[in-house]
Amino acid sequence: MKISPTDSDAALAVRGLSVAYGDKPALSSVDAVFKQGRMSAIVGPNGAGKSTMLKAAMGIIPTISGEALFFAKPLAAMRDRIAYVPQRASVDWDFPATVIDVVLMGLYRRLRPLSLIGRSQRQMAIECLEEVDMAGLASRQIGQLSGGQQQRVFIARALAQKADLLLLDEPFAGVDAATEKTIITLLKKFVKDGGTAVAVHHDLSTVAAYFDDVLILNVRRIAGGTVAAAFTEANLAEAYGGRLARDTPMTEAHAEPLVDTAT
Amino acid sequence: MDELYVGLVLVPTLIGALAAVACALLGNFLILRKQSLMGDAVSHVVLPGIVVAFIVSGSMSVGPMLIGAAAAALISALLIELVRNLGKVEPGAAMGVVFTSLFALGVVLLEQSETRNIHFDVQHALYGNLESLVWLAGTQAGALFDPEALADLPPQLGRLVFSLLAVCLFLLFFWRQLVVSTFDPVFAQALGVPVRFIGAALISLVAIVAVTAFEAVGAIITIAMLICPAAAARLMTNRLIPQLAWSVLFALVSAVAGFWAAGSGMALLGSGFSVSAAGMIAAVSGIILAICAIAAPQRMGARS
Amino acid sequence: MIDVPAFVNALTFNAGYNTAIVAMGAILLGWAGGTVGTFLLLRQRSLVSDALSHATLPGVGLAFLVMAWFGGTGRFLPGLLLGAAISAMTGLACVEWLTRRTRLNADAAIGAVLSAFFGFGVVLLTVIQSLGIGQQAGIGSFLLGSTSGMLRNEAVTLAVLALIVALLVFYFRRPLTLVCFDEIFARTSGIDIRRADLLLMFLVMAVTVTGLRVVGLILVVALLIIPPVAARFWTDKTTTMIFASGLIGAVSGFAGTALSASVPNLPAGPVIVLVAALLFVISLLFAPARGIFYGLYRARAFSRKVHRRQGLLAILRGEAIYDSDTIKVLKADHYIRADGTPTRTGLAAADNAAREEALWTVYLHDNPDAAYRAARMRLDPIAERLTSDEIAELEKHFAGPPSVSGKAGTGFAIR
Repeated sequence: MKISPTDSDAALAVRGLSVAYGDKPALSSVDAVFKQGRMSAIVGPNGAGKSTMLKAAMGIIPTISGEALFFAKPLAAMRDRIAYVPQRASVDWDFPATVIDVVLMGLYRRLRPLSLIGRSQRQMAIECLEEVDMAGLASRQIGQLSGGQQQRVFIARALAQKADLLLLDEPFAGVDAATEKTIITLLKKFVKDGGTAVAVHHDLSTVAAYFDDVLILNVRRIAGGTVAAAFTEANLAEAYGGRLARDTPMTEAHAEPLVDTAT
Repeated sequence: MDELYVGLVLVPTLIGALAAVACALLGNFLILRKQSLMGDAVSHVVLPGIVVAFIVSGSMSVGPMLIGAAAAALISALLIELVRNLGKVEPGAAMGVVFTSLFALGVVLLEQSETRNIHFDVQHALYGNLESLVWLAGTQAGALFDPEALADLPPQLGRLVFSLLAVCLFLLFFWRQLVVSTFDPVFAQALGVPVRFIGAALISLVAIVAVTAFEAVGAIITIAMLICPAAAARLMTNRLIPQLAWSVLFALVSAVAGFWAAGSGMALLGSGFSVSAAGMIAAVSGIILAICAIAAPQRMGARS
Repeated sequence: MIDVPAFVNALTFNAGYNTAIVAMGAILLGWAGGTVGTFLLLRQRSLVSDALSHATLPGVGLAFLVMAWFGGTGRFLPGLLLGAAISAMTGLACVEWLTRRTRLNADAAIGAVLSAFFGFGVVLLTVIQSLGIGQQAGIGSFLLGSTSGMLRNEAVTLAVLALIVALLVFYFRRPLTLVCFDEIFARTSGIDIRRADLLLMFLVMAVTVTGLRVVGLILVVALLIIPPVAARFWTDKTTTMIFASGLIGAVSGFAGTALSASVPNLPAGPVIVLVAALLFVISLLFAPARGIFYGLYRARAFSRKVHRRQGLLAILRGEAIYDSDTIKVLKADHYIRADGTPTRTGLAAADNAAREEALWTVYLHDNPDAAYRAARMRLDPIAERLTSDEIAELEKHFAGPPSVSGKAGTGFAIR
């Protein structure tokens, strides 16, 4: 299917994306456009396919149908311009590495095999850590970090990629208030400087304060557009049904079926 | 230098050490990927590989045996992945199903074929015969510089040098891919790292090392060296490169101390004693791990 | 190659007293292994049994040495099995200690204990060999098992042990099922999880030790791992799975010993494992509940439904279709011609798809909680999924009656 001309200013445009685990659908024909220079949230109840959508767009999980275009081009041509931040809980933090080692992983695409990390690259990694107030912990073992600090390291690693588009999977899940504030300030600055950010988000109470645009998802697309236009009671009720308690933020993170759990 | 010492002690010790180091280096990544038991599984299926190679080629020569064993190791890794993904079986159970089935097949083929009439038995496959890999020509003076005498070196030595070299080159060239896909496979995929290829390459190398080590020193050292030194090293440090260095050190200590304890050490108890060097090396590596588990500085990791 | 009369004899327990006893023992052992293994699999600890079985070797060696030291023959089976049991429990304690007290994960702890204990066992075996104590042949058979050289009292010992284990599993089935199925519920209903786990490990040890002499320590884990994994493909219910797994184990034990008794040079242990492996492969491929073929069939059918629906909606909107899978499905259904233009039936189907989409959208609007379920249902004809009353209710949302005219936009706007 063709991307219409109006999508040409999209950092990420998704068309007819369907994903299933076996014959259990996770996403059903989802269309979505995330505009450049905007900060967008993907919201929806647990199991709605929010993380699945980012992963499918990044080619991490196979799709049944549909396509994702980054800056109007396929993923392979645009990888250098995209930074993906996985869920914090998806890695083993007892890995033998220090904070700066993890941030330097963000340089992967700009390093040749066998080349060593130079002083300027190390300096750049430190600067990325400074942005998240973590420069002091650069040589700390990652196993000793708190949840919020782990998330900051992941954000710093994404900054080190010097990308134009940040895709974040639940960046605020299980982090402390100070970290949440640091990250959101940073993301807003990133977007103000011309970047684009798309985050899977579960706390409905902060959507209006944090984001410009929103995509409401529940296996299928419910609504999308500016927060003012799309983030309405009616749309939320359609997505969450009886599960919506408007004023209490959802606290269950990572409850989405990342893989078929029926083993 | 005592020439007898070179030929009868140093060469087998060197073979044991090479096998141990090659295994230990890879073991670090198996442990970090929670795939330690792949080493166990791969080592078990070497037996059916060798038996099939014998039935197909009709000879006990080394080439077909190595190919058969390597093929079996790769097939088993593939089968485990298939059972895991298609059957949605948890990884441990998938491994258990595949390697026991293939091993059983190997034993039955061995019993049913002509192989059993030739000098080949399962016990030898399990604990090798390190003590016999001596360099008789090395007992003459000046053998180290005599091409003819050098040609008499056990061929296992050369093959293990090759394996170790392959491991080192792999680590050198694919270091970044290996580290990032081990720590954060999802992120690695987003970066465009060929995560599946790296995983398959790692298992293939484990298979190659397991096969060459197996032929020289038996399956039991292979399993022990893939796991124990790296596990002990994991308890020593929180940095990856120092961890690799510790694992190499532990592997060397296990090989040397194990061989010594099996040979000279046991002779102290009585000349009638002779025990399996391979078994002793495995046992020593276990003791090193036990000591590290009690006293190593980073034994608790993030749990402390 | 196979001696048919001998095989029939073996199957009907007529191949001699020893063989019959061994067969009975193997059946009971297979049953016990299958049932205990089910709990092990559900607790995700299948490979702990591998560490346990390899850890028996030093115990066997030490027991032999001790018995020989006190002037016995060293080949006294109950003594050897006791040694095996003690060292297996020591190995298990080491695994537990390593996973609890260090940062190592279970897989590393299992592998380390397995190889170190086995290495020590091999050392002891070679000591026994070099001591030149007679009748050491009995010990080698612990590696790969053997039934051919088995003495009558050995066979009886094993059959009785297997019977005891099978009875123990039956006696303790309820608390074990509870712990495996729902740990939290088990805790609240007063079951001590740790004790239940210990009990499970004791039973695993008992199966392992009993199986050592028949199947050998390398393969005995197969009795605990393969039957439950095979049984899992047939059912989602715990009790059914335990029964099916026990049955697969018992059949493997029976067929394995019978084959071994009727074919020369066919050791019982590996054959039992191979029979179990065969049953596993059959289950993996053909079981209706979770087998590969049915799974692939369902996934493919679902994928085709997705493409069909998307293609039909594209036809309706007059959009060109680029996705080659979608084109393939539509062509196969004769909804489009070779040149990509829709056929009459294609247009009718497209109109119908629009109607279904619209009805489903209304349904989901009224029943948002059904979204996850409906994502699969909505690709099926709505009449199969909802009652006619429900559909009539939904249709009230639209101005006119549903149209099958082939023209789009007859009141069913796609939201």
